Amino acid sequence: MSDLFQDYSAAAGRSGAYDEMFAPGQLARKSYGQVAGALRELSLADVTARADSMARTFLDRGVTFDFAGEERPFPLDIVPRVIPADEWTVLEKGVAQRVRALEAFLNDVYDKMTVVADGVIPRQLITTSAHFHRQVHGFEPAGGVRVHISGIDVVRDAEGTFRVLEDNVRVPSGVSYVLENRRAMAKGLPEAFGQQLIRPVEEYPRRLLSALRKTAPSGVDDPTVVVLTPGVFNSAYFEHTLLAGLMGVELVEGRDLICRGNRVYMRTTAGEQRVDVIYKRIDDEFLDPLQFRADSMLGCPGLVNAARAGGVTIANAVGNGVADDKLVYSYVPDLIRYYLGEEPVIANVDTYRLEETAAREYVLDNLAELVVKPVDGSGGKGLVIGPDASRDELEALRQRVIADPRGWIAQPVLQLSTVPTLSGDKFGPRHVDLRPFAVNDGDDVWVLPGGLTRVALKEGSLIVNSSQGGGSKDTWVLADSPQVPVETVPRPSIAVRERVSVWPVESNWRDRQTEQQQQ
Amino acid sequence: MLSRIAESLFWIGRYVERADGTARILDVHLERLNHLPMEEQRSVAQELLAVMGARAQNDEFGLPELLNALAYDKHSATSIAGSLGAARENARRARETVSSGLWESLNTTYYGLNQHRKDVVGTYRFCNWVLERTAMVSGLADTTVSHDESWLFLVLGRSLERADMTARMLSTRDVLSAGMSWVNMLRCAGAYESFLRTRRAAFGDQHAAEFLLLDRLFPRSIVYALSDADECLAKLDPSAQRVGFINDARRIVGQARTFLEFHRTDDLMSELPEHMERVQKAVSQASDAISRKYFNQADELAWVGEVS
Repeated sequence: MSDLFQDYSAAAGRSGAYDEMFAPGQLARKSYGQVAGALRELSLADVTARADSMARTFLDRGVTFDFAGEERPFPLDIVPRVIPADEWTVLEKGVAQRVRALEAFLNDVYDKMTVVADGVIPRQLITTSAHFHRQVHGFEPAGGVRVHISGIDVVRDAEGTFRVLEDNVRVPSGVSYVLENRRAMAKGLPEAFGQQLIRPVEEYPRRLLSALRKTAPSGVDDPTVVVLTPGVFNSAYFEHTLLAGLMGVELVEGRDLICRGNRVYMRTTAGEQRVDVIYKRIDDEFLDPLQFRADSMLGCPGLVNAARAGGVTIANAVGNGVADDKLVYSYVPDLIRYYLGEEPVIANVDTYRLEETAAREYVLDNLAELVVKPVDGSGGKGLVIGPDASRDELEALRQRVIADPRGWIAQPVLQLSTVPTLSGDKFGPRHVDLRPFAVNDGDDVWVLPGGLTRVALKEGSLIVNSSQGGGSKDTWVLADSPQVPVETVPRPSIAVRERVSVWPVESNWRDRQTEQQQQ
Repeated sequence: MLSRIAESLFWIGRYVERADGTARILDVHLERLNHLPMEEQRSVAQELLAVMGARAQNDEFGLPELLNALAYDKHSATSIAGSLGAARENARRARETVSSGLWESLNTTYYGLNQHRKDVVGTYRFCNWVLERTAMVSGLADTTVSHDESWLFLVLGRSLERADMTARMLSTRDVLSAGMSWVNMLRCAGAYESFLRTRRAAFGDQHAAEFLLLDRLFPRSIVYALSDADECLAKLDPSAQRVGFINDARRIVGQARTFLEFHRTDDLMSELPEHMERVQKAVSQASDAISRKYFNQADELAWVGEVS
């Protein structure tokens, strides 16, 4: 290995985490062989030049997220994260299973709540969830799907086993970086692709569009799909434009829509055009001022009633937030057993429910060794990592937990797995997570082979969120066997149409040139 | 205007467009090519070269040789560097007629050709740079040259070459059919987003090929480029207003376009190579006819002399 990896094993030893690239003794794992080979050939100058050019491409292409009112490129690290085929098969199965269970759970919660009657989950837990919306109780959404798009966050613990960290079934974001990262890597580190087969991610927008069209209200032949964005100031606005562009559909804001007679229309230059499927990228609270926040200017009054009447499909369905409440998360393995009659393929991270007295007492005694998270937070907001927190912070946290035990969960500190990441002038181990994306079209759950790997850029940090100084890595899922069978049919031979008329390179001007020079 | 100047302008248009098209094709195919096993890489590189209109010297021709042949070889009229060099050479000969903006941008481009690393990563950047430069050249041509006869010759060259390049883009499909998706074919032409917006959910080879071949509104489609060329020819020679065409070039271009536009088929994909062949032939014939008529009247005079 080159100097770039000089201090790597020492740093990896310090963290005690599972390293994805190197087995102990700094031997590259088999799946990383090609990547290690490519990196070995590069000098520090090469690596930094390529990293710089990748960052510049991102800025040029507008692949940014909004941070405190400023557009920033999402840092992409030059070392990809590689997942071998056999591990992916398991992940894929586990993610799809979870999505099916959550789908069943949501259908049940907004209907008869048999899951409560059967004593799997306490009623109080559901009804106290901030995202349980009574406004959408008692109807099945048009198209019959609630979790069209989901992102299930998984991490690897110190033994290298995958575990689910949280479910995102409201508005999971980040898939645009999966698409853009792959394009940037193909140009930034072409050597690493080599001859191995990496499963492509580019079909995601087509899969998404076909799933959205499939779940349109019944009776619509050629459904019109739109993406609903809160507007250009949203931190994920880039993603909204990218997805709308790649699906070839309109990107609308709330003010472009009108509801009339339980149907939704958009204002176009050719008059009002009916909208059948809305891919909603705004939070439920802002969606419909008639039902939720009355002061919201982002949504469109009447959407929820239109959905209730079956005049429009909203993806993801309103009210999904109850399923990614972190306290409900702790029940998901039970939900999988209850609804699907299967054992969970991927385990949860051990979670303490603070409403249970014994658990709460244990947690309060050991706050300094645990991670405590608010149940409805996203983006790493409000999360406290015990070992890193000061005494005052822990004391403040203790008071808040005692005041609102329903609002918090606690988990042991997981040493997330690490992948080499460029920092300054060498590679160091940095912690990563993974968000695979799943698309559910009602019949089938398709998991995008790849996903968003987020990486904490500070040494030892466990927080990977982009809003807190995280970056990302391209995620490669290796194919088992060649997906496209190698062609045996002989190709039609290609006729060479040579360029004949190529003045003035042809000889006649060369002659003239010499003539002119002679004079 | 002088025939010699008209010819120079015609070829500036052609060469700049050729550099642009080659850069687009190389940029997209390099990605695919780079992932192939060595053996296959070689044969695909040779076939790609053939589509671009040149023959490999020997069997050792592989990826590095392809980069040289399509991007950096200054002595070949198929390469980007060769085309841009020839465009600049033509501008130098017509320097008093072209605007200084156009001349300078071509000249700067010519001197920038050497400032790139010639490996795979460097070639990606080179292609991007070429696209930027050619866009600048055509922008300056459109905004700083009067839209008179001289500009018409420039646009005529550009549209003919554009039809030819799009035909070659479509032909590359045969080369990499194992891994070449219609998405890449559209990306070559910069048509991906436009295609998606017009086609909604209808994806696939057939629709993509149809779009690049027949769309009447997308500027890089063959039908669009050929109608552009036809329009220029009509303006250059307004004499044939009532019956028939005495202008060979117009006849050839018009026939090629109408054949595509009014042709009815159930299986476009299998006929595609044939169509591409026809388009490329028409372009080269039209180009010859234009040279005969406007640039090289010596032949015609000699023939007239014989009769009298």
